[in-house]
Amino acid sequence: MARSSLDKMMSVTLQHSQSVTDLAAPIRRPWRWHIVVFLAPALIVYSALMIIPIFETLRLSLFTSKEQVVSFVGFGNFETLFGDERWSKSFWNALWNNTYFFLIHMLVQNPIGICLAALLSVPRLRGRSFYRTAFFMPTMLSFVIVGFVWKLILSPLWGVAPSILAAIGLKWLFGPWLGQEATALTALSLISVWQYVGVPMMLIYAALLSIPDEVIEAAECDGVVGFAQFWKIKLPLVLPAIGLVSILTFVGNFNAFDLIYVSQGALAGPNFSTDILGTFLYRTFFGYQLQLGDPHMGATIATVMFFIILAVVAFYLLVIQRRMRRYQF
Amino acid sequence: MERKTFRAAALGATALVAGMGMWSLSASAQDVTLTIESWRNDDLPIWQDKIIPAFEKANPGIKVVFAPTAPTEYNAALNSKLDAGTAGDLITCRPFDASLELFKKGHLAPVNDVKGMENFGSVARSGWTTDDGKTTFCVPMASVIHGFIYNKDAFDKLGIAEPKTEDEFFAALDKIKADGTYIPMAMGTKDQWEAATMGYQNIGPNYWHGEDGRLALIAGKQKLTDADWVEPYQVLKRWAAYLGDGYQAQAYPDSQNLFALGRAAIYPAGSWDISLFNQQAEFKMGAFYPPVKKAGDTCYISDHVDIALGMNAKTKNPDATKKFLEWVASPEFATIYANSLPGFFSLSDQPVTLEDPIATEFVGWRKDCKTTIRSTYQVLSRGTPNLENETWAASANVINGSETPEQAAERLQKGLDSWYKPAQ
Repeated sequence: MARSSLDKMMSVTLQHSQSVTDLAAPIRRPWRWHIVVFLAPALIVYSALMIIPIFETLRLSLFTSKEQVVSFVGFGNFETLFGDERWSKSFWNALWNNTYFFLIHMLVQNPIGICLAALLSVPRLRGRSFYRTAFFMPTMLSFVIVGFVWKLILSPLWGVAPSILAAIGLKWLFGPWLGQEATALTALSLISVWQYVGVPMMLIYAALLSIPDEVIEAAECDGVVGFAQFWKIKLPLVLPAIGLVSILTFVGNFNAFDLIYVSQGALAGPNFSTDILGTFLYRTFFGYQLQLGDPHMGATIATVMFFIILAVVAFYLLVIQRRMRRYQF
Repeated sequence: MERKTFRAAALGATALVAGMGMWSLSASAQDVTLTIESWRNDDLPIWQDKIIPAFEKANPGIKVVFAPTAPTEYNAALNSKLDAGTAGDLITCRPFDASLELFKKGHLAPVNDVKGMENFGSVARSGWTTDDGKTTFCVPMASVIHGFIYNKDAFDKLGIAEPKTEDEFFAALDKIKADGTYIPMAMGTKDQWEAATMGYQNIGPNYWHGEDGRLALIAGKQKLTDADWVEPYQVLKRWAAYLGDGYQAQAYPDSQNLFALGRAAIYPAGSWDISLFNQQAEFKMGAFYPPVKKAGDTCYISDHVDIALGMNAKTKNPDATKKFLEWVASPEFATIYANSLPGFFSLSDQPVTLEDPIATEFVGWRKDCKTTIRSTYQVLSRGTPNLENETWAASANVINGSETPEQAAERLQKGLDSWYKPAQ
């Protein structure tokens, strides 16, 4: 069963504190240098690349600059973000869009991923490795290519989507989906689903393969076969993997930026209907066209994003994951 | 004897090596490479094949590299590079506040003492001068003019003459629509700026009377909710009926292609489009300026100061950089630039002869009409929310029907009021 990295980290810290208490004991032992030496590379690289930038961002969000003079404002930037009518409107809009983006992934991407994994694990399936590769292929494509290709496919002027729909008599269904406020975000979410459906498929496929044959055989002896076997035996056994996939989807979606930026631009049009936290952060931090960048407000948004993700991941790890039943074989 | 020879040989070799070292040292001291930061990646071949060779020929020892970034990323990328100290020697300047901010931060050096700056009038300098009018920090290169380019073959076939008034304009659009061969007008709202720049800023000056309205808005004597400023939105709203199917998802390159392939009859243009259409369109083209409300009204055009070249204050080669700027201020550069990039019009007072017929047509409007710059660029886009970016969204919304002209105007004015207090 897959174990989350936090579990591993916690067990490492536990061992570490254990060794500290050992040292405090009067038994004479040589100072165990190797622990420090072995920890150092990971600690240094992780601190330099992750910890320090995160704290820099947090610090940056507490300052503001006016006429090139940087001054400390405490939580003033957060007050602006949540209190100012325009800032808060943009923020809640981006947060809601981001939640919608995530929900589409949860409702479409993950069920499809589970279905594909279940189909792939059918023992008598022919051409399995071909399907596996084909489904995983879009994940390996650059988001630039994905954004561009789908923009072309869906283009009302040159795209194949209108002509394909016309060929089967459904032309009336077609609309300039990426250009309409009502449909743009859904269209982009589905493009993203198409691209990343391979990830849950692979993880759940791996989990399904790791179910021992004895369990399946025992089920068959008891007359549990086919769909019933999937629902009653396999699905409960891969539930931890599904949980992991969900949390990966959440973190991925709330950090998403690339696809929207490539296909809709930093203004996330039409009329900000596809604006998610990532594009909102980018626009604020780096500026856009005549709008100059504001690193302090940008850092404020980044900080809020960080805490949103942290809160949900912590909730999952501390509350949900602990209650999840695991089966040891 | 043998030893002496050896010693002499060694000495000679040392001298030779030292001499070569000296020589290569002096050569490398002379061979300076200047890098130009720019957002005009479309112009790369012209800089590489025409402009830079002309300069390098006249100034041996200075090499110039043109290193453009994508237009929408330019400001962000440039700011980061300047802060990190890795930006090129020459900086292509956006007009107004973006560059003014760079100057205030000390990233751009003043160019008042560059030879040839006297060739530029105050309007030409306005985009790159401090508020007190004393210091200019970029050498103006070119302006762009808005108008409409049309497919002459289509107009001839349908018997349409160049529209001069708003009524004639819509009559022409109706006629093209009724005929059905062509999409009446090639414009989309996906990129948003297209609707604002090619639409609102293109026809707007006729309604707010050019500089009069623009300066009154800055002075706080007019508001965006006044009839003069709402009317262009009302006209823009009427355009929606004449745009191609699915214009909501049509991006700027789509519009360019639609027109260049001969599928659309009228293209709301910026003069920078001319060179692309010259290469791609296989039909005759013409151009007309934004139609006025009633016959006999004074026409106004947007002749927007768009592009200039400044000097990175931290350049390691200030002398060579200055030399390049002096050359940019010269009539020689103006002639090469204006002719290799038809649609970018020199801002220099020195006469420049243009060869391209459409570009000549555009620049000819300067004589017939009053000129102005885009209303949102000076002062009004200094704060947050930024009026220019807001105007993009507003123009697209009005055409898409998600906001009425009045609602859009009210929202813009409210946003402006939230930070802008005009000097009384």
